[in-house]
Amino acid sequence: MAQAYSIERSTRASRITAIVALLALAALAAAPWWAGRADLRLLGEVYSFVALATLWNLLAGYAGLVSVGQQAYVGFGGYALFALAMFLGVHPLLAIVLAGIAGALIAIPVAPLLFRLQGAYFAIGTWVLAEVFRLGFAQVSSLGGGSGISLPAGVVAGIAASRPLREMLVYWVALAIAVAAIGFVVLLLRSRIGLALTALRDSELASESLGIDIWRTKLLVYVGVAGLTSMTGAFIFLQKLRVSPDAAFSVNDWTAYVIFIAVIGGIGTIEGPIVGTVIFFLLRETLADLGTTYLMILGAVAILVMLRAPQGLWGWFAARTGLTLVPVRRRVVFSDQSK
Amino acid sequence: MDWVNAIVQGVLIGGLYALFAAGLSLIFGVMRLVNIAHGDMIVAAAYLALVIVQATGLHPLASALLVVPLMALIGYAMQRVLLNPTIGKDLLSPLLVTFGISVILQNGLLVAFTADSRRLAAGSIETASIQLAPGLSLGVLPLLMFAASVLIIFGMELVFFRTSLGRAFRATSDDPEVAQLMNLNRNHVFGMAMALSAAVVAIAGIFLAIRTNFDPASGPARLIFGFEAVIIGGLGNLWGTLAGGVVLGVAQAVGAQISPGWQILAGHLVFFLVLGLRPRGLFPRMD
Repeated sequence: MAQAYSIERSTRASRITAIVALLALAALAAAPWWAGRADLRLLGEVYSFVALATLWNLLAGYAGLVSVGQQAYVGFGGYALFALAMFLGVHPLLAIVLAGIAGALIAIPVAPLLFRLQGAYFAIGTWVLAEVFRLGFAQVSSLGGGSGISLPAGVVAGIAASRPLREMLVYWVALAIAVAAIGFVVLLLRSRIGLALTALRDSELASESLGIDIWRTKLLVYVGVAGLTSMTGAFIFLQKLRVSPDAAFSVNDWTAYVIFIAVIGGIGTIEGPIVGTVIFFLLRETLADLGTTYLMILGAVAILVMLRAPQGLWGWFAARTGLTLVPVRRRVVFSDQSK
Repeated sequence: MDWVNAIVQGVLIGGLYALFAAGLSLIFGVMRLVNIAHGDMIVAAAYLALVIVQATGLHPLASALLVVPLMALIGYAMQRVLLNPTIGKDLLSPLLVTFGISVILQNGLLVAFTADSRRLAAGSIETASIQLAPGLSLGVLPLLMFAASVLIIFGMELVFFRTSLGRAFRATSDDPEVAQLMNLNRNHVFGMAMALSAAVVAIAGIFLAIRTNFDPASGPARLIFGFEAVIIGGLGNLWGTLAGGVVLGVAQAVGAQISPGWQILAGHLVFFLVLGLRPRGLFPRMD
């Protein structure tokens, strides 16, 4: 007996999530009116980690491109912002967007080289790239060489007339970057490319025989992620007001933390990196005085999660409740069962 | 003569890079695992040697008698407890577990030994040299290390192709399931591979400690040098890896001759050049 069916993506939970997310977004956008100056800074940092973890998750969790070198683009974005604002007099907020475009452009020739490395060796290749960027920028004396450079006060003052307005603008930019990163991943996963990625994840051979161009799909994802990561990096160093090779291309700050966030929250889910970031900051605020030990604890927790619950906290939770908050999966709904 | 000197020194340090690479390559060959903590294990072995030398007064080279078996034991345990449960499912889990180990090792060493850079003094052998020509002399120690590296790689080839352990490695590498049917315990074979890799890491750590200053953050660079030697030389070919290490060492020495800031950068650029022109490396294994 043939059954009538339809393909659905949204669930009731996802429709509720959409509404809640919009409300939360409105509340967060209004933060300059209800949060203090220090809170705004902290939130800005939270947003940049949400963006970085979400983007890394797209690479590793969906496209099978495990990178330990995303600090290459964080640092590149930071330096691009400084160069554009200082040498060309570009408005810093516009420079964030331009830094993103520059990051994507530089990723286009880099990706084909890195894609030649098979499997896990790709990961170390990305790290070498980050090292090349770090050592390369350390050679540029007009950007402060090895010791780094501060953003001139004149450039900072050029963002907006008054300090409160400036902080508000920078905050909104951070929120916009996080929303853009999540939006990019969700839209991408709902598109043809998303389907191609899912097919690739299940079997590269089978999907290639169905006409999916593996190389082009991966290139697109890699370049898109590079661009958005560079934008995030540009924002991070606009907030820090100082950039140096070691800070810009730090593997601990921009890759280790990000990987641990994604692993603990749940790789291969949209919600995981957000959950992971919240946990990361809660832990950090309480364990801040532990310093290096904090990083070791995070590493140990991430290993434990990898061994015991590789789908992460959110994956574990979703598997038990069947909850999908963000509609990226397609489900077959039979009409006589849907009631 | 400066240039000749630089190239000769580059060739000699290439042996050490090949030693960094050999353990990495072995692990990848047997279980398709890239151990991101490899460099940090080398540095940990260097600290282990430092502690042993300080505690017992042994000569650094003699400390290998203790460091090698200890590291092999640690490697075996690490593989059985942390890595075996993740192998075979996908690429992501083992990679991320080794990344976690790397971060823990690095920061653990930082807590235990501070960020000060250390060095192992090897006595009069450090300054001994053989004069080849006016202005060109070979250090006895670098020469000894190069010879030792070649011997160790030769030994690894022997283990891989002439012993029953090597046969088990190759069988598991070709087809883990069939190997298991042939009564090979996969978990034990993987453990032994990591133990052998860690034994080579121990030697590499001691050599590193004698040759240069090291600190808890030196690990990643050693991982990257080893990795570059593997890729430049060609996957799955240990002698190619030795050649890759030499190419990398010479590139760095020539870069340093141009400007100190270019030493490491030149090595990376040669790596990318080889990747662009000869993606399978200079001496790919015949397949």
